[in-house]
Amino acid sequence: MFEIIKTERTIRFMKMTNPAFFLSLALVILSFGSIAVNGINWGLDFTGGTVIEVGYDKPADLEAIRPLLEKEGFQGAVIQHFGSSRDVLIRIAPREGVDNQHLGSQVVTAMQTYDDSAEMRRIEFVGPNVGDELTEQGGLALLSALICILIYVGIRFEWRLASGAVLALAHDVIITLGIFSFLDVEFDLTILAALLTVIGYSLNDTIVVFDRIRENFRRMRVDDAVEIMDVSLTQTLSRTLITSGTTLMVLISLFLKGGALIHGFAFALLIGIIVGTYSSIYVASALALKLGVSRETMLPPVVEKEGADQDPMM
Amino acid sequence: MVIATIAICLLYATPNLYGEDPAVQVSAVRGAAIEAATLDKVKTKLDSQSISYKSVVLKNNQVLVRLNDTEQQLLASEQLKELLGQQFVVALNLAPATPAWLQSFGAEPLKLGLDLRGGVHFLLEVDMDEALTKAQAQMLQDFRTDLREEKLRYLSVRKDNNGVAVRFRDKETRDNAIKLLEKKYQGLLFSDSENNGQFSLAAKMSEAKLAEIKEYALQQNITIIRNRVNQLGVAEPLVQRQGEDRIVVELPGVQDTAGAKEILGATATLAFRLVDAKADPYSSRVPAGSQKYTTREGRPVVLKKQIILTGNHITGATSSLDEFSRPQVNIDLDSQGGNKMSRATKKAIGTSMATVFIEYKPTGEKNAEGKSKLKKIEEVINVATIQAQLGRSFRITGLDSASEAKNLALLLRAGALVAPVQIVEERTIGPSLGKQNIENGLSAMIYGMIAIVIFMGIYYRKFGLVANVALSANLIMIIGIMSMIPGATMTLPGIAGIVLTIGMAVDANVLVFERIREELKEGCSIQQAIHRGYDNALSTIADANITTLLTAIILFAVGTGAIKGFAITLAIGIGASMFTAIIGTRAIVNFLWGNKTIDKLSI
Repeated sequence: MFEIIKTERTIRFMKMTNPAFFLSLALVILSFGSIAVNGINWGLDFTGGTVIEVGYDKPADLEAIRPLLEKEGFQGAVIQHFGSSRDVLIRIAPREGVDNQHLGSQVVTAMQTYDDSAEMRRIEFVGPNVGDELTEQGGLALLSALICILIYVGIRFEWRLASGAVLALAHDVIITLGIFSFLDVEFDLTILAALLTVIGYSLNDTIVVFDRIRENFRRMRVDDAVEIMDVSLTQTLSRTLITSGTTLMVLISLFLKGGALIHGFAFALLIGIIVGTYSSIYVASALALKLGVSRETMLPPVVEKEGADQDPMM
Repeated sequence: MVIATIAICLLYATPNLYGEDPAVQVSAVRGAAIEAATLDKVKTKLDSQSISYKSVVLKNNQVLVRLNDTEQQLLASEQLKELLGQQFVVALNLAPATPAWLQSFGAEPLKLGLDLRGGVHFLLEVDMDEALTKAQAQMLQDFRTDLREEKLRYLSVRKDNNGVAVRFRDKETRDNAIKLLEKKYQGLLFSDSENNGQFSLAAKMSEAKLAEIKEYALQQNITIIRNRVNQLGVAEPLVQRQGEDRIVVELPGVQDTAGAKEILGATATLAFRLVDAKADPYSSRVPAGSQKYTTREGRPVVLKKQIILTGNHITGATSSLDEFSRPQVNIDLDSQGGNKMSRATKKAIGTSMATVFIEYKPTGEKNAEGKSKLKKIEEVINVATIQAQLGRSFRITGLDSASEAKNLALLLRAGALVAPVQIVEERTIGPSLGKQNIENGLSAMIYGMIAIVIFMGIYYRKFGLVANVALSANLIMIIGIMSMIPGATMTLPGIAGIVLTIGMAVDANVLVFERIREELKEGCSIQQAIHRGYDNALSTIADANITTLLTAIILFAVGTGAIKGFAITLAIGIGASMFTAIIGTRAIVNFLWGNKTIDKLSI
């Protein structure tokens, strides 16, 4: 049998709870700090404005293109390479009183004066109101996803585990956002989708662990919650690592081969899944432990007692 | 059952393996029927130009010509445009080359989103303020006419916020007026008041009426935009409402966005108005009830404020040459428009009528709700003498050139919008980028898949191979189901979703296999271990997948366009992976190892 890790001996995960908490807390604080200081590089979808991508058949010199655009009245446009040195991306912030409708074709025409081979690859224009709405919708989507999950896990498991899971998810999202802010990667709609997927994925991991914890609470005749957590985590560790591994494999392939347009998307998922794997081991279970998961709370109540309004697990 | 399910998915997935033929699609303007004669005409023309084609068929009221390459396609399209003229729309298209036997099952290849095939996506917003202002103006005019016809004398009629206020000299007339108007107009709320010996009534539009006006404005815009899009000659365009005041327009394959925008964004309306012959256009004084305009040539002209007819009554307009080969435009109106026109021109024979073209352009300023204000630009495009009482169909002559006539006809035909629209979002993807996106997506998928297949084979050996079979079945199922669902489109994030599910799909199998290994370690017999492995992993698999499904549903609900594509593939992928892992691999495992005594399991 070929195994990544030998699981004969129980690994004492819970001994590491305090350092792990410290690490998570530090990462979360750093993320908040970075978001506060650097801000998030909101993409076109949220800020509104115009993005034009032009492809040449040979490498383009950005410094030569800049004055051409300025001559046409596009001061303050951001000009950068996109994907390769032959592709040029121009970003123009939304401006009052500008005829947005013809902006795109004007820029493409200006770019053709640099080299005839200029070919329009993509023009995106988002009105400022649409941007505001997308931001609102996006935030709403994240929140509603977290709430739905809290409810679902609350029903299926127990509130302490549910809170642990949801806090772990928030932790994942905050750290991913923090890394995006730190590296100044553009945050667009696809990255929002990636974040939501990270939520789903990380939860998937957490649930597999919780499922085992619940099973072991019933099966093992030990009253030591720490022992049960350790055993459960050890048992599920190889599965967690294998699944994360295969997912990372496809994500790396997506990141390297998928093209510039889904670079950010793949990147967000890569970070999210690494952080998510860590959090499902340490954050979720450890938090549940701190919240007081014990044998009593995990077993169905025999008689009505305090806390009977909490859904017993099935 | 497993085999049957996968076979069906495979059947529906196969059309994706056949490519697409470059094709030319011919349809009639405004949905008129195409006859077999047209088909013959097309065939004869192609033969005479020695353009070789694969097939020419008449289907769904369209003639579809399949050609061998894109060069021939362009040539054919030009020739056919010339042959068929204005009554037909000739569009370039890519027709799926699905064999007939597959088509008979209704199997069709995946529809590609704009980010994969190239094209333009517009989001248009209807200016509802303008729609309400217009409704109010109409109300004002109607009230005046009605009161005059019933000989109820009023002092003044003026606009009031969201309605109209009328003042009268005495109470009785006012009450009669309310009675009359209440009966005639539903959805208006009337109130009366008395002030300084003057009696007045106020009519306000009810909430329901306001909603109705907005809904009408949106629907009318959609209809007109659809007509305009058809004029553009685009294959498979999409015009769809989004929310309360927005319209999505998708034009696959269109690269000339400026041209498309000019037609779509020509947020124009038309109005026919009488020329005030008594007023001197060169004097600075303009009589009350009239307004001064400048024609395109720069001549001043004074028009009566009353509008005979707006462009939304126009049902057809074509340009042609009269008997002296002078350009003219023939206009057809709907019956209501015909009545209005004949009433207005009855007493106006010999005077002139002007066609006013009204365009709305964004000013860049914002109103209180954060929406851009629009500037109204009015232009007199044509002044013609009324030769006779006009009815439902009439013509405008005296145009300068054939091209002016053609332009005027196009503008008239494209209809007039009740409320102007403006583009609030635009996404254009060039065809080369679309192609590159497909290539990138596919290669990411292939590399990811190879990596996983190798890993699973090494790690779980024979069971790994079973998982790999399941993975392939999974991929076939996703593509098959996506092809089956009408309206599902494949986008770049959609491909990313498939790639991601490939990575995650093995999860269910990993859960089961790990469980089997554990059971083996605990000393279960091999058969027992397999059995318990599947049973115990079941609830975990279900729990874990339902939460991912939840996020997919949320993504679908709040996402737009491309994100929706991702959500769909993710959801289908999860369903397929549960099916293949729980039912599919179990069947294979039972078939290979079930009811046999084995010493060692290759896991």
